[in-house]
Amino acid sequence: MSAPMAWPLIKLLPQKTNLTFVKFARLMALISATLVVASLIGVFKPGLNLGIDFKGGSVMEVSTAPRAVDLTKVRSTLEAQGLGDVQVQAFGSPDRALVRFQTPAGGDPGVTLTNVKTALKQSLGDPVQFINPSAVGPKVSGELFRSGVLALVLAVGLMFLYIWFRFEPQFGLGAVAGLLHDLILTFGFIVLFKIEFSLNTVAALLTVIGYSMNDTVVVFDRLRENLRKYKKMPLKDVIDLSINEIVSRTIITGVTAIMALTGLAIFGGDALFGFSVVMIFGIAVGTYSSIYVGAPIILLWGVKRGEEEATPIKLGEASRP
Amino acid sequence: MLTLSRWKIVLVTFSVIFGILFTLPNLLPQKTLDSFPSWLPQQKLNLGLDLQGGSYLMYEVDTDALRKERLKNLVEDVRTVLRGEQITFGELAEVNGTVRLRIADAAKVDEAASLLRRSVGSPFAGSVSGRDVNVNKRDDQRLELSFVPEAAAQDASMAVDQSIETIRRRIDTLGTKEPNITRQGADRIVIQAAGESDPERLKAVVGKTAKLTFQMVDDSVTPEDIAAGRIPPGSEALPSDDRFQAAYVVRKRALVSGDELVDSRQSFDDRGAPAVSFKFNGAGSRKFGDATARNVGKRFAIVLDGRIISAPTINGAILGGSGIITGSFTAESASDLALLLRSGALPAPLKVEQQNTVGAELGADAVRAGAISTLVAFITIVVFMILSYGLLFGGISVIALIINGMLIVAAMSLTQATLTLPGIAGLILTLAVAVDANVLIYERMRDEARAGKSPIMAADAGFSRAMTTIIDANVTTLVAAGIMFAFGAGPVRGFAWTLSIGVFTSVFTSVLVSQLLIGWWFRAARPKKLPI
Repeated sequence: MSAPMAWPLIKLLPQKTNLTFVKFARLMALISATLVVASLIGVFKPGLNLGIDFKGGSVMEVSTAPRAVDLTKVRSTLEAQGLGDVQVQAFGSPDRALVRFQTPAGGDPGVTLTNVKTALKQSLGDPVQFINPSAVGPKVSGELFRSGVLALVLAVGLMFLYIWFRFEPQFGLGAVAGLLHDLILTFGFIVLFKIEFSLNTVAALLTVIGYSMNDTVVVFDRLRENLRKYKKMPLKDVIDLSINEIVSRTIITGVTAIMALTGLAIFGGDALFGFSVVMIFGIAVGTYSSIYVGAPIILLWGVKRGEEEATPIKLGEASRP
Repeated sequence: MLTLSRWKIVLVTFSVIFGILFTLPNLLPQKTLDSFPSWLPQQKLNLGLDLQGGSYLMYEVDTDALRKERLKNLVEDVRTVLRGEQITFGELAEVNGTVRLRIADAAKVDEAASLLRRSVGSPFAGSVSGRDVNVNKRDDQRLELSFVPEAAAQDASMAVDQSIETIRRRIDTLGTKEPNITRQGADRIVIQAAGESDPERLKAVVGKTAKLTFQMVDDSVTPEDIAAGRIPPGSEALPSDDRFQAAYVVRKRALVSGDELVDSRQSFDDRGAPAVSFKFNGAGSRKFGDATARNVGKRFAIVLDGRIISAPTINGAILGGSGIITGSFTAESASDLALLLRSGALPAPLKVEQQNTVGAELGADAVRAGAISTLVAFITIVVFMILSYGLLFGGISVIALIINGMLIVAAMSLTQATLTLPGIAGLILTLAVAVDANVLIYERMRDEARAGKSPIMAADAGFSRAMTTIIDANVTTLVAAGIMFAFGAGPVRGFAWTLSIGVFTSVFTSVLVSQLLIGWWFRAARPKKLPI
């Protein structure tokens, strides 16, 4: 159908793409596998940069505006308090510093924070301000960490079950492989860019899981439909065809989501930067994986081609072979 | 699918009206809102502490300390009861959460056991004995007393409730605006105070146990004994804040405790120094009167949270139930102590487990940043959709998106769900993914049109065939959001809630609203080709 367009529509891709995705599957699998292994290694060493949500301890900004902060003095004052693992770093402008420390074992995080503030007030003199002081006790941080990990595991597990019931076991396996791939690569990204791993990061990861699944489902849905429609076509070609049919949607949605989140990364301030960047990366990887991880795994595994539900769909004058 | 069934029109119209009504309060200034009749919705979005500024404090009630305290009292009760009946005993001690002792006279073991069963502990309906302490006989004339486990659990739970009450009374006198005090889990208390950007004052008032007791000073002990650690059973050494002596040995058994205070105020002693005056209730007055009458010339200690404030000598019976506590007070510390005594003691010590503060200024910055990012995201999506699908179809999905955004704000205002900074991210993601449903539908339409179907057939098929995919895709998001809500804390929950609301509203709007609009357009234009 060669209709003259009434509006100057931008077609992102030619109406009919004939990209051979499966041909590159082997190469892509190799790249993916390498990245997964590298990310896994990264998670253990150098490891995640745990925020105080998960590590426990305290963090606050110290400001002595309009004077510059005397970092050496701050550090020596904190060290005199007998705290574990003190970190003092310049933060933004010279009149600000970011301070982190661990609460001594068995101590009350709230009381420790109060004492540190009093000590800093004495040693730095007026004016001194403490901005956004936070403290998390070891018990709570342990619980938060466990529930965070549990949430991620449960999310992957439930997604697997859902796909299993909605589709077939092979699809479930492909989807979960894609999901784990995305999750692990995103962890690798977090480690590589030293993004703080906090409660917010877990929320970002869960969103990535949701999005990745969403994307895989759309591809699988089309694949299943085509498997029924073209019963004689080799599996490889059906996969290629399905991805080609869906690719413009995948790109439109992915690009929209990434653009929207880019706005958040730029304008959302420090608090949301890491969070949005993780989501942007995850969405990009999730889009890639539904094409190059989920589908090829089904190819590898094979799939029952349906004697069941054989309802040929008449599409009139078919535009495809 | 494109037939305009009446219920669809009604449903969409109704939800749009609902959306406008419940979104409106967020756009109008408070003054205009106040002048509205009360039947109109007036609830605004409930902003989280990270957007509003405020303090979050999570306390843990030290129920172990509570149990230890009760065991300590039980030991003293056993001692008093058995001495009163002149039953000699030994080896009275607390061992692993139980109280053990040995009765000297074998013939009196049964009598002692039944005596203790009747008189120690408190009545408890849930146990066989009817009291919350079990007394068991062990071999070799020994008795073992332990708390009924259910009673201990109930005690802990009541201690948490009572702590919440006490904290509420204390915070109310501070004048903090609408603090939110909630129980979390078995032994935690969360205090959220919006706008309070200095939690130190809050902590100073909330965290003090403020357990006040009046105990007799044990004068039989010499300073040398104290130094050598020779303290008789039934007495204990406590640190002192007065200027005469660093520590005193006092009888463990309290004469009267702060529970029996009815009032306490900041006042001045006869030399004009700040002091705290107090008044006992009837039972307290009697006990205090009796004790002071019996002990004229001796000293008693005023003990607060395990430290002695002062240890005055009793000059005569103090009747009438009121008195004055002097010590090294400033006017402020005296008034703080009076407040703490007035609001009652916490049944057990509290420990800060988590503390977060966001300055009000930073909260406002976050709101601004969130609003700008949402706007940027919205404009991006609008431009992109119109470029991809043209003014008509792109425009329809934009209208659906606007209604979607409105419905989310309306639903969040109505349920008073808390909007957090990550929640704004959830909102933006929802907007982005909401267009996915439209993209799926439109791409289907293109496919079908390309396959040679008539415009109406293609549009119809676009909706019906995309539906399963849309449902599948959104259910997965909902699963992720559900898990976040179940396991997340604070901001993550806000994110999950926004995401869940967004899933429902976006399926509703991108499917139903755009279907309705496209249906109308078909009726009006009767197109030969799909402009997509």
